Amino acid sequence: MTKRSWGEHLFDGFNVLFMVLLSIVTIYPFVYVLFASLSDPTWVVQMRGLIWFPKGLNFEAYKLVFANPAILTGYGNTLIYVVLGTALNLLMTSLGAYALSRQTVMWKNPVMFMIVFTMFFTGGLIPTYLLIENLGLLDSRMALILPTAMSAYNLIIMRTAFAGVPVSLEESAKLDGANDFTILFRVVLPLSMPVVAVMILFYGVGHWNSWFNAMIYLRDRELYPLQLILREILITNSTDSMMTGVGGGDKMPIGETIKYATIIVATIPILCLYPFLQKYFVKGVMIGAIKG
Amino acid sequence: MSVVKQERSGAPAAGVDKNAFRYRALRDLKLNKYVYLMLVPVVAYYILFYYVPMYGLQIAFKDYSPGLGLMDSPWVGLKHFEDFFHSYYFGRLLRNTLLLSLYDLLFSFPASILLALLLNELRSAAFKKTVQTITYMPHFISIVVISGMLVDFLARDGLINNVLAWFGMEPVAFLRESGWFRTVYISSNIWQSVGWGSIIYLSAMSSIDPSLYEAAKVDGASRWKQTFHITLPGISSTIIILLILQIGHFMSVGTEKILLLYNSTTYETADVIGTFVYRKGILESNFSYSSAVGLFNSVINFVLLVLANAISRRTSDTKLW
Repeated sequence: MTKRSWGEHLFDGFNVLFMVLLSIVTIYPFVYVLFASLSDPTWVVQMRGLIWFPKGLNFEAYKLVFANPAILTGYGNTLIYVVLGTALNLLMTSLGAYALSRQTVMWKNPVMFMIVFTMFFTGGLIPTYLLIENLGLLDSRMALILPTAMSAYNLIIMRTAFAGVPVSLEESAKLDGANDFTILFRVVLPLSMPVVAVMILFYGVGHWNSWFNAMIYLRDRELYPLQLILREILITNSTDSMMTGVGGGDKMPIGETIKYATIIVATIPILCLYPFLQKYFVKGVMIGAIKG
Repeated sequence: MSVVKQERSGAPAAGVDKNAFRYRALRDLKLNKYVYLMLVPVVAYYILFYYVPMYGLQIAFKDYSPGLGLMDSPWVGLKHFEDFFHSYYFGRLLRNTLLLSLYDLLFSFPASILLALLLNELRSAAFKKTVQTITYMPHFISIVVISGMLVDFLARDGLINNVLAWFGMEPVAFLRESGWFRTVYISSNIWQSVGWGSIIYLSAMSSIDPSLYEAAKVDGASRWKQTFHITLPGISSTIIILLILQIGHFMSVGTEKILLLYNSTTYETADVIGTFVYRKGILESNFSYSSAVGLFNSVINFVLLVLANAISRRTSDTKLW
């Protein structure tokens, strides 16, 4: 090791301290929500300060959350949107990325321009809404799946990854009589699994978290994704429907823990997947970074 | 390719050139027929969901009535634009949109660069990775959950006020006071995105040639100097590209988040063009007027992007196109 001055030691010390503080500030709100959701509701409401442990372990809030039909239908709907939506995203993005990564295709650049242009200029909210209405998609599941069938940003990431697949492999497949579809699905995609994982993560999380399109396109509550139900519970404060059967005096406190339990229930799938997928999405951003 | 070039240079007559073009196009179509087949759904998607709405923007120059439909509704020229420019809301919306975006650019944007620089200085790789894993996480949490937590924590009897009470501060209903909205919006933005934003700079830093640092060390440059003379210049083109991209979204400040966080008591500082378009268009079905407002927004946005790119092109050679 090269010798370090005391100033450098001081800086390193402060840097580490700052990082520790930043990590705490980032993670503590979730810890608070988790511990509060597991605690005795009256204690949580009277609590004036930070929570460092769940007090009087209490699963009542979770029972009420899982007994709420709106949350269950929301969960089911979100799963449908995530699975169907991501599958379509993956198919469309692969097709586009493969076609636009071929060097010899004459119309490649005009098509790419047409796609990239939409990243910077769009018709906007109202014309898009009217289009969805005219297509008869209002109040249907397809309204949450078709309009977001692919993203230009992700297309660029995937195209960059596909362009990195050795041409010799594709040429030898072509000599064996394979057409472009076979090359895409049998050669290029299997060799690009990391970027496929990134795409599944980006698109999947996007569908899981999306709520705005659902809010403007859906009226039927039976089709609502989880995030819209969450919005009602967290933002417009309607936990009342879940508290039927709870004694009058307990209503207020349990409402608070219900909110926390709902947050946990809605976030846990992502938090569980996150550590395993982290290496992939960092890779994805880096692929995107090369292209700018 | 070279064959094609020869053909073109040897054919001055327009007719022959046209034939060459047709020949090339046909050959390309034949050779790449499966590739073009793949592009059919992709191009169809972009035309239907992006270019048809752009064509539909003519609604901003018409008086749309659902009975007549888009094509048969009467033209009214710039009426809706003039209405908007003369309305009470115009100044407030423009100010709020510009200020929120500007503050985001002034505070959130450099925060990620700063975090990346500090992470880069950490000596323990394991510790660095842990901090990264933790700080990226909020990026994946839905904006509904984040906003829900903000509403709860910032309430008069919420977590933040409880902590502030230790320091003897009076409780504040943060989300009910327009004076606090920008602070809440920007600081929660930083909290959610600072980690994720740093990834791209870290990846740019990892591609800086290590021999530059070796040489600097031999010359006795301090870490401070290395940061200023090697690391920062090494990531400057990444910074500029991201800056241009951010300016390209200058007018579309987080509409979704504001919709979740604002209420009529904070419209004074929170209502932006995006949320106004939502209220006028979707909630009040005032389609033509809100499209005009939206179009005004997109055009400014686009002009800003082109300007930013042109300036960067002239001054630093870094450009989007």
